[in-house]
Amino acid sequence: MELSGANILIESLKQEGVEYIFGVNGGAAMPIFDALYEHPDVKLIMMRHEQGASHAADGYARATGKVGVTLATSGPGATNLVTGIATAYMDSIPMVAITGQVFTHLMGNDAFQECDVIGVTRPVCKHSYLIKSGDEVADVIAEAFHIASTGRPGPVVVDFAKDAQIHESLFRYPEKVNIRSYKPKVEGHPRQIAKAVELIHNAERPILYAGGGVTLSNASEELRELAIKTGIPITVTLMGLGAFPETHPLSMEMPGMHGSCCANYAFTDSDLVIAIGARFDDRVTGDLTKFAPNAKKIHIDIDASCIGKNVPIDVPIVGDAKRVLAEMNKLVHRVDIEPWMRQINEWKEQYPFEYEQNGDNIMPQYVIEQIYDLYSDAIVVGDVGQHQMWAAQYFKFTEPRQWLNSGGLGTMGFSLPAAIGAQLGCPDKTVVNINGDGSYIMTIQELVPAITMKLPLKIFIINNMYLGMVRQWQELFHQKRYAAVDYHDNPDFALLAEAFGATGIRVERIEDVRPALEKAKGIDDGPVVIDFIVDEEENVFPMVPAGAGLGDVIRGLA
Amino acid sequence: MTEERHIFSVLVENRFGVLARIAGLFSGRGFNIDSLNVAETDDPDVSHMTIVTHGDAQIIEQIYKHLNKLIDVIKVTDLTVENHVEREIVLIKVYAEPQRRGEILQIVEIFRAHTVDVGPDSLIIEVTGDEGKLKAAIDLLRPYGIQELARTGKIAIMRGIAK
Ligand SMILES: Cc1ncc(C[n+]2csc(CCOP(=O)(O)OP(=O)(O)O)c2C)c(N)n1
Ligand SMILES: [Mg+2]
Repeated sequence: MELSGANILIESLKQEGVEYIFGVNGGAAMPIFDALYEHPDVKLIMMRHEQGASHAADGYARATGKVGVTLATSGPGATNLVTGIATAYMDSIPMVAITGQVFTHLMGNDAFQECDVIGVTRPVCKHSYLIKSGDEVADVIAEAFHIASTGRPGPVVVDFAKDAQIHESLFRYPEKVNIRSYKPKVEGHPRQIAKAVELIHNAERPILYAGGGVTLSNASEELRELAIKTGIPITVTLMGLGAFPETHPLSMEMPGMHGSCCANYAFTDSDLVIAIGARFDDRVTGDLTKFAPNAKKIHIDIDASCIGKNVPIDVPIVGDAKRVLAEMNKLVHRVDIEPWMRQINEWKEQYPFEYEQNGDNIMPQYVIEQIYDLYSDAIVVGDVGQHQMWAAQYFKFTEPRQWLNSGGLGTMGFSLPAAIGAQLGCPDKTVVNINGDGSYIMTIQELVPAITMKLPLKIFIINNMYLGMVRQWQELFHQKRYAAVDYHDNPDFALLAEAFGATGIRVERIEDVRPALEKAKGIDDGPVVIDFIVDEEENVFPMVPAGAGLGDVIRGLA
Repeated sequence: MTEERHIFSVLVENRFGVLARIAGLFSGRGFNIDSLNVAETDDPDVSHMTIVTHGDAQIIEQIYKHLNKLIDVIKVTDLTVENHVEREIVLIKVYAEPQRRGEILQIVEIFRAHTVDVGPDSLIIEVTGDEGKLKAAIDLLRPYGIQELARTGKIAIMRGIAK
């Protein structure tokens, strides 16, 4: 049967099991939106800004492990997607971003709403395609989904010329994708695995260091087995939180700039670091010359270019974390590291995450503690700033895909639209959005689709009336010159929520925190926004200042 | 760490945008390209690139890995560590008044080069060879006055049949 390119696209998406597309309409994509009109299987979610659409697709992908799909028109629609594509790229999230493009005969003419999308997105996507004819569509979509979801996942851009959307051709979906130049290596080399196991058995002060790659490869079970079987303490990065339960005695919680003292001291004193799906990011390692100076390093990663990039590696293992860990688990046994464990437990006891109550103010950490107490099973979507770090510190994550946040790019505005995608992907879960006053207002318009779809999102704003994370750096490193961070002129977010049509609650007193959170639990016919007016100048500690070593962590301002 | 020159032989899908992806990989990460040559192979679906670059061992390793990571790249070989043949062509337009022409043609002879164009007071000379030979030829012709010069950049392939 002959179908238009746009209809072939939708049929192809159906073949890939796509339930939702997050998008905003426009001229160069109209045939695609037309093909989606009242479609029974592939549902178009009308977001209010293309950035929101891309983050929603991303949140859907993070929560479910499936490929998220976003759709925009050419020119400004496509450029609005770029932040979301880059966000997904930095965190290796499987996504297919489809953009309309002007007619092929107009391309290169500076036509109305023309933009070289392939050129603009090249450095921030895993791969990209330009479709200039309807008969390419099925093959391109099959390849795009294959590339987005295999190897080290990432966003793939499909730029789709309008005449190709209209042009009719025969639809035949490829049964199998075979790209001769793309064959990700998933099996770890047995000799390397044996070497790693030998190092593990001979170490005196080993630590496991796991990242987002463990979640991406669905290797959380295997990671748990490795840690528990060997008895080696473990730290999980911001991107991997939940891959190992933070409530387990072996957990040292998060490492890095605002991580636990225990994890940072453990890196510094360790004699073996076993990195799994983590990339030795500068926010984790601090000053590289002082990073785990006495440790041998094992690095398991699917992306060879990640290995040895920042830190020299003694035993590199290229492969899928799930497969490699399963092989390792067959060979490892319990290690005898009692003195080391005693030291670890001492650090944990001595330096837990802690804060001081300031007068009658609501402390932001207290709000997170209460959220954790009432919503410990929820999917938590964090934004970017101090509230993100407090959420990471005070909420104890126990499951992979429970904590979603923009770790790599650090994109303010990510969380509300991502929460929409997560809720659609996981309709039976409670989705909590922990937002900042600065981040929230960057994508606040996405409240509209959440309300329209009656999504029971719990949107909790940690409102310190500042771009708090920047203010903290100004306080510590710029002599308290609070340049361009004062957000006291923001509107009343509770009233604004009501104006949008959601439930809005403003909380200004400590004793109202818990009742408000309890009330939010009972609201399930739409989003609820709670604006927590918190202590304005509270800082995030511990802190490893930029450029310092992990051992030089500042535990707090005495 | 010391800087080294490396020659990468890269087989890529002969597709729209491949060159931009490769160039972007270098420019986006601050890696250097000393020369880059690209053309179709015997198989019209495949292009061959020869990329000459330099950097310390860690950068060279990163370049190798990132080239491999590009979806359209079929095969990357670091020829520097392999037994290989390399060639480059240079076209040199040199001033050649009638009375100096004889000397210049002698140089052409010595280098087994070719005269590919003769003008009233200039010659275009084509020299093929490795880097050393090209440099020697250019140095010898320079005193006559080089008006224009264009090089292909290196092309290189491995000797023998790959195992
Ligand atoms: C899009 C974007 N712009 C700027 C920044 C820089 N930045 C990082 S954290 C931050 C402050 C965030 O403020 P808020 O959302 O109120 O969170 P808080 O730190 O106060 O908890 C800023 C401006 C960023 N990460 N992303
Ligand atoms: Mg704030």
